Amino acid sequence: MASLTDLTLAEAAEALAARKISATELARAHLEAIDRLASLNAFILTTPERALADARRSDERLARGEARPLEGIPVAIKDLFCTAGIQTTAASRILGAFVPPYESTVTANLWRDGAVCLGKTNLDEFAMGSSNTTSAYGHVINPWRRRGDNRDLVPGGSSGGSAAAVAARLCLGATATDTGGSIRQPAAFTGTVGIKPTYGRCSRWGIVAFASSLDQAGPMARTVKDCAILLRSMAGFDPKDSTSAEVPVPDFARAVGQSVRGLRIGVPKEYRLDGLAPEIIALWDQGIAWLREAGCSIHELSLPHTKYALPAYYIIAPAEASSNLARYDGVRFGLRVPAETLDAQYEATRGEGFGAEVRRRIMIGTYVLSAGYYDAYYLKAQKVRALIARDFDAAWTAVDAILTPATPSSAFAIGEKQDDPVTMYLNDVFTVTANLAGLPAISVPAGLDSEGLPLGLQVIGRAFDEETVFRVAAALEDAAGFDAVPQLRAGA
Amino acid sequence: MSLDADTIRRIASLARIRLSDEEAATLEGELNGILAWIDQLNEVDTEGVAPLSGVGRMTLRMREDVVDDGNIREKILANAPERIGPDGAFFAVPKVVE
Repeated sequence: MASLTDLTLAEAAEALAARKISATELARAHLEAIDRLASLNAFILTTPERALADARRSDERLARGEARPLEGIPVAIKDLFCTAGIQTTAASRILGAFVPPYESTVTANLWRDGAVCLGKTNLDEFAMGSSNTTSAYGHVINPWRRRGDNRDLVPGGSSGGSAAAVAARLCLGATATDTGGSIRQPAAFTGTVGIKPTYGRCSRWGIVAFASSLDQAGPMARTVKDCAILLRSMAGFDPKDSTSAEVPVPDFARAVGQSVRGLRIGVPKEYRLDGLAPEIIALWDQGIAWLREAGCSIHELSLPHTKYALPAYYIIAPAEASSNLARYDGVRFGLRVPAETLDAQYEATRGEGFGAEVRRRIMIGTYVLSAGYYDAYYLKAQKVRALIARDFDAAWTAVDAILTPATPSSAFAIGEKQDDPVTMYLNDVFTVTANLAGLPAISVPAGLDSEGLPLGLQVIGRAFDEETVFRVAAALEDAAGFDAVPQLRAGA
Repeated sequence: MSLDADTIRRIASLARIRLSDEEAATLEGELNGILAWIDQLNEVDTEGVAPLSGVGRMTLRMREDVVDDGNIREKILANAPERIGPDGAFFAVPKVVE
């Protein structure tokens, strides 16, 4: 059998059920790997005692034949999910030493199903970023290196710690969140799989809010099937989130491996951006060929407002963020920078507590919502959002799923693309539309670029049709046979 | 539309964020860059389009009108940077009334 950290989640679950391995040795192997690869800075906090206690309980249940769906599976939690009694930082100074007295619904669902908690992963501050370089807890290092180049690369963001931890085999899966691409872009940069489900599929309760109409939780793992298994546990109706969808949660893993013959796949011409790297176009064409060979029909389609998705996003998301982040006032929890008056204290606390990117977005959001500018910016962006959603509605009359590249490039070096904020924002050009329209979308590793770095393909589906997304993603995974591994990983 | 230094100061004040002069100058350049890029939205004809504020496909639910929470004062106060009063039952802030 492969080493414990090289198992997929599905393989580990099988080995645990067959009592070939114990949850305790599985947890230990991953805790040791986390220690050995601490230089990746993938975790803000590890919880070894909790992990071993969880694992011991799992071993007892496995012995009694009372295994739950994720019994004994070690997972990492993006430090944006509140975990009762465990410090939660959102990678911001402003949360100070905040210890939530409550548990997020998504993590509670994972513990209900028997998962083992390894710790909290690093991220861009408040999930705002595409490189995991805005964290108050330091950069995360991508486990992958360019061929013949030892420079540290970014893991993508904002779920960079979760992505790096999954890629380096420090956990079997991780939770993440995606507001404009924060699951799919880091998945593409690290050769892992990540799905942003339909808006409303996973409860947002207990997740530190960034942009509430766009935020959605989802899993990251090393295979499509592993993501499907995790999502089934994470998802579900929650009365505590008014936008949580009251729909049944299917057994997503059953969709994995089902034939895609006869499915209609859309290829949106507007995603063929001017100046798009030839390697990205080649990978996309390869993906189209794979799906055609698997029996899908391919249809060119038009999503005419694609170009306007990112600028609309950079009004809507900062506007919502500026409202959501008003709660960090230094009064009830988190950092306080004392000053003479209450207003001065607010300003000092928020000036010191928020990092540069978060400040930038709060400022944009405050401006576009301010008197006299609301119609010109915020209302305009919401109308453009309606048109983007309409583009997709029209597409679904002709196709069952849409195939695009996940990112316009592979991982870049730390410090690159930092010249101006807009260059960094363009990372999300292919992913942000699914957030604006609330649709499920997955990134699957599909190949390596000429420098040996992973590239991903994205599959977008109809609302609440994650099953088709998983089906198509699994077909791509099968055809790609992606078995490259990062240089920095457990057991290497 | 271009933001000047005074507008940057006004936004920072609305957002309750203290900025150094240097930070304000940097932000002025960055925000103007972002807003110039955002201006391309004006190319889109949105005449008669209803704004979309969210994508929830469902109408909001009503819940039973019963108390289902409460009596968790200590939990609420547990993370306070500063507490005051008997049992530390209040959040402390600088004096706001004379």
